[in-house]
Amino acid sequence: MVGPGWTRRRAPPGAAPTMNCRAEVLEVSVEGRQVEEAMLAVLHTVLLHRSTGKFHYKKEGTYSIGTVGTQDVDCDFIDFAYVRVSSEELDRALRKAVGEFKDALRSSGSDGMGQISLEFYQKKKSRWPFSDECIPWELWTIKVNVVNLANEQERQICREKVGEKLCEKIINIVEVMNRHEYLPKMPTQSEVDNVFDTSLKDVQPYLYKISYQITDSLGTSVTTTMRRLIKDTLAL
Amino acid sequence: MLPYAMDTDLSSQDRKDLDKFIKFFALKTVQVIVQARLGEKICTRSSSSPTGSDWFNLAIKDIPEVTHEAKKALAGQLPAVGRSMCVEISLKTSEGDSMELEIWCLEMNEKCDKEIKVSYTVYNRLSLLLKSLLAITRVTPAYRLSRKQGHEYVILYRIYFGEVQLSGLGEGFQTVRVGTVGTPVGTITLSCAYRINLAFMSTRQFERTPPIMGIIIDHFVDRPYPSSSPMHPCNYRAGEDNGAVYPSVEDSQEVCTTSFSTSPPSQLSSSRLSYQPAALGVGSADMGYPVLFAGGLNAAHPHQLLGPGKEGGVPPVPSQPAHGTQADQERMCTPLDGVHYSAATPSSSEDTETVSNSSEGKSGSPHDLLETIFIRKVGAFVNKPINQVNPPDSPETESPLQGSLHSEGSSGSSTGNTHDDFVMIDFKPAFSKDDILPMDLGTFYREFQNPPQLSSLSIDIGAQSMAEDLDSLPEKLAVHEKNVKEFDAFVETLQ
Repeated sequence: MVGPGWTRRRAPPGAAPTMNCRAEVLEVSVEGRQVEEAMLAVLHTVLLHRSTGKFHYKKEGTYSIGTVGTQDVDCDFIDFAYVRVSSEELDRALRKAVGEFKDALRSSGSDGMGQISLEFYQKKKSRWPFSDECIPWELWTIKVNVVNLANEQERQICREKVGEKLCEKIINIVEVMNRHEYLPKMPTQSEVDNVFDTSLKDVQPYLYKISYQITDSLGTSVTTTMRRLIKDTLAL
Repeated sequence: MLPYAMDTDLSSQDRKDLDKFIKFFALKTVQVIVQARLGEKICTRSSSSPTGSDWFNLAIKDIPEVTHEAKKALAGQLPAVGRSMCVEISLKTSEGDSMELEIWCLEMNEKCDKEIKVSYTVYNRLSLLLKSLLAITRVTPAYRLSRKQGHEYVILYRIYFGEVQLSGLGEGFQTVRVGTVGTPVGTITLSCAYRINLAFMSTRQFERTPPIMGIIIDHFVDRPYPSSSPMHPCNYRAGEDNGAVYPSVEDSQEVCTTSFSTSPPSQLSSSRLSYQPAALGVGSADMGYPVLFAGGLNAAHPHQLLGPGKEGGVPPVPSQPAHGTQADQERMCTPLDGVHYSAATPSSSEDTETVSNSSEGKSGSPHDLLETIFIRKVGAFVNKPINQVNPPDSPETESPLQGSLHSEGSSGSSTGNTHDDFVMIDFKPAFSKDDILPMDLGTFYREFQNPPQLSSLSIDIGAQSMAEDLDSLPEKLAVHEKNVKEFDAFVETLQ
């Protein structure tokens, strides 16, 4: 049986979708009821670093930035707490995606393996008839393995172990963030929607999309469900 | 003159901006660390419009005491090579044992990045670093310890400036780097060294001890650390300073208006940050005091239940009065533990209701909030009907306090002098009306606070011996057997 825990490895260069896209992969083994909280902890921590206040453009080509609030979240099934951006809209969007991923994992069968990806991208306008291009610049992938535990004692150990591993993962995420590698340039007013998600009313994350896929026991991708959570799709 | 590396390339405006950023970054760093060790969940709101007082575009409240301590430690200097700003977090038990848990270090090294834009890139990276700090402060072992602080131990902080002292962390401490930001005058590094050997903690059995009053008294007591700066509990007390002891520091009220410029395709000419002295009352140093921890109903440590409640938790209890003696405090605390908690539901909505109820339309001034505290606190002692039955252990509540309360005499409003011990005020629970019915919410509260003893717990019943119980059994059984049909019918209804 695979015990609870996380590992992290850098994706090999060839695996990145484009040459400039930074890709990080995290692996995790958790109990079924911990999936949601573990995913939210990681996604929120990444988005905390990839969200700014709302931009307010002024006349002379200057802009000011709103304020990002933060709040502590305690996990119920893991001995862990994390900080997220104070934005109910953002939280709802992440919970929706993670909820779908969890349901897909559950219905996939006893093995319960899958991965959820958070991709940050820029839009590049193309001329008609071509549609806008989405160019990813950072990709976070969390591979999940759901374990089944036999008794309460194991569950208690799992609570603590997964909590410890999540702490390590937060440290790893912060380490990547503070390398100050590529970030999209700050856009002009006309370009802001190509870089940031301006649909939220209180904060402004970089444009992102969340997708997931479930694998069967053979390791092949039986169900590939791509769910795009972009502003336009939510509006439909 | 600051001892930075020679940098003739940096304009004087950039240099001024940079110094300002580093200074406020240091202050905000201390706030984040200490607030993360208060023992409660922190929550601040996002605001789509820039407020002008939120440095680094992050909503981080300023606890004035903490800012004051940080500025005292910095003494007008900034972190530089060989001179780091350190926040030491330690734990102190009710028995007086203490242990250093973490040292957070804000350091500067000589590695300069001359090309970087000060008022854009450096600023944004400092903002990112603060976010990282928010995340990392929740993952070191001290966070979980601080969330459980209360009766058995408390968490203290100490700020010092100079050389980092890691010897108190024990063997094998670990280090985590929060991040770095390069600037034209050096690279800022933020890191944490934390103890991993908590053997002291695990082998010790914490017994139930009385509240540790003598240990964390406050600033007014001589410190046991003659050679270093004083330790402070990671909980904020509103009462002792009444907003007046710490001068509202001029530059904390400086408004930071961030205004960035965009330049089409090729990036940025640098933008200017403008600083305007805030109008009175606008700055961030006003009232945003986070409430203290709500460590559970039995964990009532008066020093930790202080401060105007704003964001959830147990309703506030004021500190010992500035002129009170310790003996009075002890007497004060015990009844409050029982009385206060049974009356009040720990919900933030109730706090705000009480504030709005009592403040006569004013909001946000320290005076009103302290009034609120008094109202909450003395509710049990005010307007008690003479014939109300008190439980046997309640006479303590009527000790010198009651005397002093009645001698104050005023009702209906608090006196203006918030330095007095207590004032007599009508207890006005939220949404209650005194004039309609005699049995109103206030009466309910008062009666609920002092319920009569259960008759089954009274001495008579308790004195019955086991033998008597057994003797009475056959009679009881006979009665039950007679009523067996009733019982059967009842069981039928359940199915």
